Amino acid sequence: MGLYFLCIILFCVGFYGVLRKRNIVKIIIGLVIMNYSMSLFFVLLGYRLHGRAPIESQSQPIVNMVDPLPQALVLTSIVISLAVMALLIAIAIRIYERYGTFDITKIKNLRG
Amino acid sequence: MAGINIIPLFVVIPLGAAFLISLFGKFIKRFADIAAIVTSMSILICSFHVMMLLQNTPGKLLIYKIGGWAPPFGICLVIDGLSMFMLFIISLIGFFVTVYSVAYMEKYTDKPKFFTLFSLMICGMNGAVITGDIFNLFVFLEIASIASYALVAFGTGHEELEASFKYAIMGSVASCFIFMAIAFLYGFTSTLNMADMARVLIYKQGNSFVPFVGVLLLMGFGLKSALIPFHAWLPDAHSSAPAPVSAMLSGVLIKALGVYSLVRIFFNILGATQGFLSALMFLSVISIIIGGILSLSQWNLKRLMAYSSIGQIGYILLGIGLGTPLGIFGAMFHLLNHSVMKSLLFLTAGSIDYAGGGKDLREMSGISKSMPFTAKMNLIASLSVSGIPPFGGFFSKLIIIVACLQKGYLGYGVCAVIGSILTLSAFMKVQKFAFFGEIKDSSRNIKEAPLLMRFSMAFLALFCVIGGLMLLPGMRFFISDAVQVVVKGTGYSSVILEAVLK
Repeated sequence: MGLYFLCIILFCVGFYGVLRKRNIVKIIIGLVIMNYSMSLFFVLLGYRLHGRAPIESQSQPIVNMVDPLPQALVLTSIVISLAVMALLIAIAIRIYERYGTFDITKIKNLRG
Repeated sequence: MAGINIIPLFVVIPLGAAFLISLFGKFIKRFADIAAIVTSMSILICSFHVMMLLQNTPGKLLIYKIGGWAPPFGICLVIDGLSMFMLFIISLIGFFVTVYSVAYMEKYTDKPKFFTLFSLMICGMNGAVITGDIFNLFVFLEIASIASYALVAFGTGHEELEASFKYAIMGSVASCFIFMAIAFLYGFTSTLNMADMARVLIYKQGNSFVPFVGVLLLMGFGLKSALIPFHAWLPDAHSSAPAPVSAMLSGVLIKALGVYSLVRIFFNILGATQGFLSALMFLSVISIIIGGILSLSQWNLKRLMAYSSIGQIGYILLGIGLGTPLGIFGAMFHLLNHSVMKSLLFLTAGSIDYAGGGKDLREMSGISKSMPFTAKMNLIASLSVSGIPPFGGFFSKLIIIVACLQKGYLGYGVCAVIGSILTLSAFMKVQKFAFFGEIKDSSRNIKEAPLLMRFSMAFLALFCVIGGLMLLPGMRFFISDAVQVVVKGTGYSSVILEAVLK
């Protein structure tokens, strides 16, 4: 149960970073923390106490395995968040080239 | 059924095209243009073929099992009335926008990269619409979203980068919420197949789980479809992106990723409760009014159209939120009309920009003299979007308003009428400042758009004009099949699971 609370705390930390920070890089870090907390949560859903790796073998009976499906899904979602992070960092570098700052309160050509 | 093997092609063709274009586009001249047009053309032909196939299939349902694995365990691709409807809109708008962008993207440097990302976006949308597995839906949704973040930033100017960053952050937060909801759903039902999930949820009712997941999903898909409290990314992204991208974003992407997924998950999996429908209607009425007012106050042409998009999405979700067959019919019909006319509007704005007319309404004047064709196309789309009788937009708005009155929501009906008047005045502002008036010296040497751009605008305008004909009894099956799927609600699960066993 404590681990689930850790996920919620991590999620809130990341969300706070996205909502409150003014530096673009810190916003990206906040987003990544959010993604990690979600991955952790999904893996925890498939975990069972003292479970073993989900590998079938002749000698061991199929009992007390962890659920392998969330692990596969989390791998996919990690790849997706990696792609988003790479794109965001590329955009952040370009923004720094154009505006000369990482401060989002100074980057406001678009309004209204 | 032999023809069923055509279904994976909707994902395979654009994905392969994206790969080939990025590989060979640099070395072979014109390869990117030809490959992109051939790709979107073949998807359009495939979707016509599947539409014929679907009509001749009993039960109007096609299921393709990937790798031969039966659905509760493997991933299946499902085409029913609603999927077919969305698939047809995506391929139709995608084809005309591709043709348009062959000419329009000349002024940007790297055309092959544009078409790579564009094909990836189409691949993601097609996949999201035809899949029957909820995690697969999430993956395709992310493919389309990431491609669209990159496409918004394509010009790499000041505004494009700022808009793209904002869009990417908000879209990723939305994806986080959707992912969390999928995790909860998997933990609760221990299945990922949509039909199976709906079956389990019917048996396991009677707690606060479904409303909680519903709120997470409403936040996620509300951000993707730009309902009013979640709309902040849309005006920036739509007004900064290159014109074909804005046409795709506004015409198709927010509907395929936002509205379609919302409808599919809420109606077919969770089962729409009255509380959810009321929340949806309330948000959409606010969207109609605020989107209309904000669009009226804009001076940037594309920004005005973007705010009007928010209002029109409000109409679609208002019709869906009513929950009656008539309301959903109106919503689907408006979805079709709006995707055609809003793409056309963005394309006309793009051709004014292409010819050197700029984006600011205060600086352009008398464009109807120098660009008569574009002015006519814009007039047709503006009349249709503001609901003037012979065009399609009038009938769909009328159906939604009648459905409001039928259900007894008089106030919402009045709000919809007010929103329509606001839209009309916003587009009259465009006509007055941009197209009529004295021709300025700076815009005297503006020339008409190239042939390919005129071609796609003309065909989209044709669809705008004949949009009302979709109501005729012979043509109505196309929309009413989609409505059938939504009205059936969680009965979707038993239909699909029975069809699988056959």
